[in-house]
Amino acid sequence: MTMMDTGLDYPELRDSIARLCADFPGSYWRELEDRSGYPTEFVAALTEAGFLGMLVPEEYGGSGLPLRAAAVVLEEINANGCVASQSHAQMYIMGTLLRHGSDAQKAKYLPGIAAGELRLQAFGITEPTTGSDTTSLKTHAERRGDTYVVNGQKVWTSRAEHSDLMLLLARTTPLSEVKKRTEGLSVFLIDIREAQGRGLDIRPIDAMINHNATEVFFDNLEIPADSLVGEEGQGFRYILSGMNAERILVATEAVGDGRWCLKRAVEYANERVVFGKSIGSNQGVQFPLARAHVELESADLLCRKAAALFEAGEDCGSEANIAKLVASEAAFHAADIAMQTHGGFSFAREYEIERKWRETRLYQIAPISTNMVLAYVGQHVLGLGRSY
Amino acid sequence: MKALVPVKRVIDYNVKPRVKADGSGVDLSNVKMSMNPFDEIAVEEAIRLKEAGKVEEIIAVSVGPAKAQETLRTALAMGADSAILVETDEEVEPLAVAKILKAVAAEVEPGLVILGKQAIDDDSNQTGQMLAALMDLPQGTFASKVEVDGDSVSVTREVDGGLETVKLSLPAIVTTDLRLNEPRYASLPNIMKAKKKPLETKTPADYGVDITPRLKTTNVSEPPVRQAGVKVADVDELVAKLKAMGVA
Ligand SMILES: Cc1cc2nc3c(=O)[nH]c(=O)nc-3n(C[C@H](O)[C@H](O)[C@H](O)COP(=O)(O)OP(=O)(O)OC[C@H]3O[C@@H](n4cnc5c(N)ncnc54)[C@H](O)[C@@H]3O)c2cc1C
Ligand SMILES: Cc1cc2nc3c(=O)[nH]c(=O)nc-3n(C[C@H](O)[C@H](O)[C@H](O)COP(=O)(O)OP(=O)(O)OC[C@H]3O[C@@H](n4cnc5c(N)ncnc54)[C@H](O)[C@@H]3O)c2cc1C
Repeated sequence: MTMMDTGLDYPELRDSIARLCADFPGSYWRELEDRSGYPTEFVAALTEAGFLGMLVPEEYGGSGLPLRAAAVVLEEINANGCVASQSHAQMYIMGTLLRHGSDAQKAKYLPGIAAGELRLQAFGITEPTTGSDTTSLKTHAERRGDTYVVNGQKVWTSRAEHSDLMLLLARTTPLSEVKKRTEGLSVFLIDIREAQGRGLDIRPIDAMINHNATEVFFDNLEIPADSLVGEEGQGFRYILSGMNAERILVATEAVGDGRWCLKRAVEYANERVVFGKSIGSNQGVQFPLARAHVELESADLLCRKAAALFEAGEDCGSEANIAKLVASEAAFHAADIAMQTHGGFSFAREYEIERKWRETRLYQIAPISTNMVLAYVGQHVLGLGRSY
Repeated sequence: MKALVPVKRVIDYNVKPRVKADGSGVDLSNVKMSMNPFDEIAVEEAIRLKEAGKVEEIIAVSVGPAKAQETLRTALAMGADSAILVETDEEVEPLAVAKILKAVAAEVEPGLVILGKQAIDDDSNQTGQMLAALMDLPQGTFASKVEVDGDSVSVTREVDGGLETVKLSLPAIVTTDLRLNEPRYASLPNIMKAKKKPLETKTPADYGVDITPRLKTTNVSEPPVRQAGVKVADVDELVAKLKAMGVA
């Protein structure tokens, strides 16, 4: 097993993030939600302080830090009551480009991404008719001379309206013509600024949380042939390693949300006096809070284990999935018990509890739903039969 | 000129301190520790003076355990140039800290020593004043404004009656109050650079200072739970109550 830090790691990053977040109180996030706004000022502060480019190697202008450092930053953002999900992808979507892009693509895009001048924070995989069954996706790109022509539709593509570039997974060889379902898919880097109005249409989705999710339509969109990342037909393989990174980051981010909810719930349980004593001194209130802490501690350890394996370049598919599943549930349990502990006041938006409760519900569904993780563990870890 | 900025590692201001069961002190195991907020203000002020061209070099110093290196790294990430850790696991009282700082200052020869007015763990509010006395230097405590001009510094102080401005000849000792400035957060590139900045480790013995405590803590206990207040219907009743209690 790889060396793993079990203390409060990266204290200097945690300190800096806590201080940065202090300028963005709950009222900031509440007001944004009222108008489905994007946290431009918060993202600018993160960008200016260099956090969103921290995974980009130093030779391209980033800080070249390990995945765990980025995970800690996302955890602290949420643990301080802010929202990491609206900008986290700027950190990691570039990983696919970094690992599989050509030298020319890397030189063209990575310095801008590291500096935050170029936003690559939209990734289109999910489609309305195929969902979790990724290899069945319908969007296709057809090679025509110096271009590819893209047709199809993505759904739930987060932040597409707030991104300059978009990574797209599309089929380049029909499913009927490939030996394995995972073949014939390709990854493209699309310049949204150039494509919009020329076959690319982005429409926001009115959603339960302010995640800036959209539907993206491709209608004979012509893109230059050099938009292809890596080899044609190998795209599914390319996105898998990126997905492990995403799952580890999102899991750690969920732990941060859970920590915030639990902290607020414990404070409230200590302060709130009914029936002549603090509600937290009743086991009926105290034990669920204690259990939430236990679950968050377990999730934290799993996140660190997955990150340590990822950094060591070892296979971490099952660890990343397991960490994501456990963290998504621990975070939501903490949020749910924070709701219960706050009694009627949890419904008052001013307390921010109901917002975090809605936000933490997402982790069990995106970026991968719980059942898909269980199917992975059943098949690939336990060796049980394939269910789909 | 150089600025010497002492920083202390204390229990984070967001953490609710818990007293150890045996009453011997505050339980610090698994508790988040941070730079004393008043010291962050001191570091920030030194950086602003450097940015304004009044200070050339900032040296941060901490007296405390090995972990106080983290606190010094934060000061370096904010913008201090170098750091000194005077390492000890013992509790060091303000007078001993002041003696160590005097010895450090004798080597560094700062034009300004900027300290927090107090540390939020023991709230002593003594070190700056003691240091000024030991070094026989002028002091401007509880600063809400610091202006260096040539070989003097004007310090606006927050005193009970309002604001008072004192003009001190340099070198001088300044202690910071809350409203002096709003400290910056360290950017990631600066956090990375801070890892490469010099951090020297010393011991109190290196400076010939005896840190043996002069006070003995007999017991630490939680403050009593606040009792519910008395409700009054109007101002007349309030005045009557206060009179009856002998307060007014
Ligand atoms: C706010 C938000 C942001 C998102 N952002 C992005 C984004 O940026 N990019 C992107 O590509 N996608 C994004 N998504 C999409 C997300 O990844 C999908 O919603 C998720 O993977 C589930 O797919 P689906 O919604 O199509 O559900 P479905 O695949 O239809 O599944 C529905 C339910 O059935 C279960 N299920 C399906 N198949 C099986 C089976 N064989 N066995 C057992 N159970 C099964 C699932 O677990 C799930 O509970 C986002 C979603 C949301 C809500
Ligand atoms: C949308 C909405 C509409 C409402 N409408 C009305 C209305 O029309 N009229 C009205 O009068 N009220 C109304 N309420 C108030 C509602 O009835 C109270 O919020 C509810 O009874 C809980 O009381 P509380 O919020 O003061 O929570 P608290 O009493 O503070 O309780 C907080 C938590 O501590 C737990 N707890 C407290 N004491 C103990 C104990 N001894 N042992 C174990 N657990 C304990 C509680 O179960 C709860 O989980 C409404 C609330 C909401 C959110």
